[in-house]
Amino acid sequence: MRERSNADWLTALRGTPDDDAVLDLRDLLVRGLGFALADRLGADPEANIEDFAQESLLKILRSLDTFRGESQFTTWAQKIAVRVALTELRRRRWRDVSLEDLQPPESDAMPVELPDSAPSPEQQVMQASLLDMVQRMMMEELTERQRQAMLAVMVNGMPLEEVARRMETNRNALYKLLHDARQRMQQRLRAQGLSVQDLMATLANE
Amino acid sequence: MALSLDLLKKLVHSVVSTRPDEIGCDDCFAQLDRFAELVLAGKNAAEAMPLVQDHLDRCMDCREEFEALLRALRAQTAAAA
Repeated sequence: MRERSNADWLTALRGTPDDDAVLDLRDLLVRGLGFALADRLGADPEANIEDFAQESLLKILRSLDTFRGESQFTTWAQKIAVRVALTELRRRRWRDVSLEDLQPPESDAMPVELPDSAPSPEQQVMQASLLDMVQRMMMEELTERQRQAMLAVMVNGMPLEEVARRMETNRNALYKLLHDARQRMQQRLRAQGLSVQDLMATLANE
Repeated sequence: MALSLDLLKKLVHSVVSTRPDEIGCDDCFAQLDRFAELVLAGKNAAEAMPLVQDHLDRCMDCREEFEALLRALRAQTAAAA
């Protein structure tokens, strides 16, 4: 592939794109995605890097005006390709899971700890009471949507993108929803006079 | 609803570390190419762009994309060397 400056890429791709530049960019995307997704492709035999590259290429050509020139053009283009590919891989991996299917958190109160790191009986009592309090706070302070999103992301490890799709919103708005939820709980903890140090000490194992 | 101790820790940590100026996924994505190049160049990207680093620490989707991008860039840098 010939070396191109950012300006060269933009000139070659704007308007009616130059065939050589498009081919070079597609090659770059295919190669980059091969490295980027090396650990993910085994789990999804249907995944096709060529398809991801093609879809990314179209998106890049449509988005040229949003390139701010703060990096190499090729870095920016690969950023878009990685997002396109991972969005699709996530969609396929989680496609059969609905929010209603997600398992609620383990109901066993306390996991068994190794003896040398087991909390003292007093600490176990404090932890149990903190647990009660946080659960109550979640019920009292958070909306149903906030609670649902928080549990899907934190308990079940569902990607924000996938939770957002099911809640008919987008990832950025879902992050904001979770941020608002965390802020509400933070305010409530502060209002109860609980310092970060107190909380961490209660949650420590020894 | 009941939380396990591990989950409680994770939850409490995420709550107490919440900051008012967090950026969202869109802002993070807009800056991710520059952030990745700083990391690649061995610069202290977290110091130069602390809100991006903070977002990557909290958002697993964005972190996954950043790590994948970095793998691609590193492999290409190595191949070109």
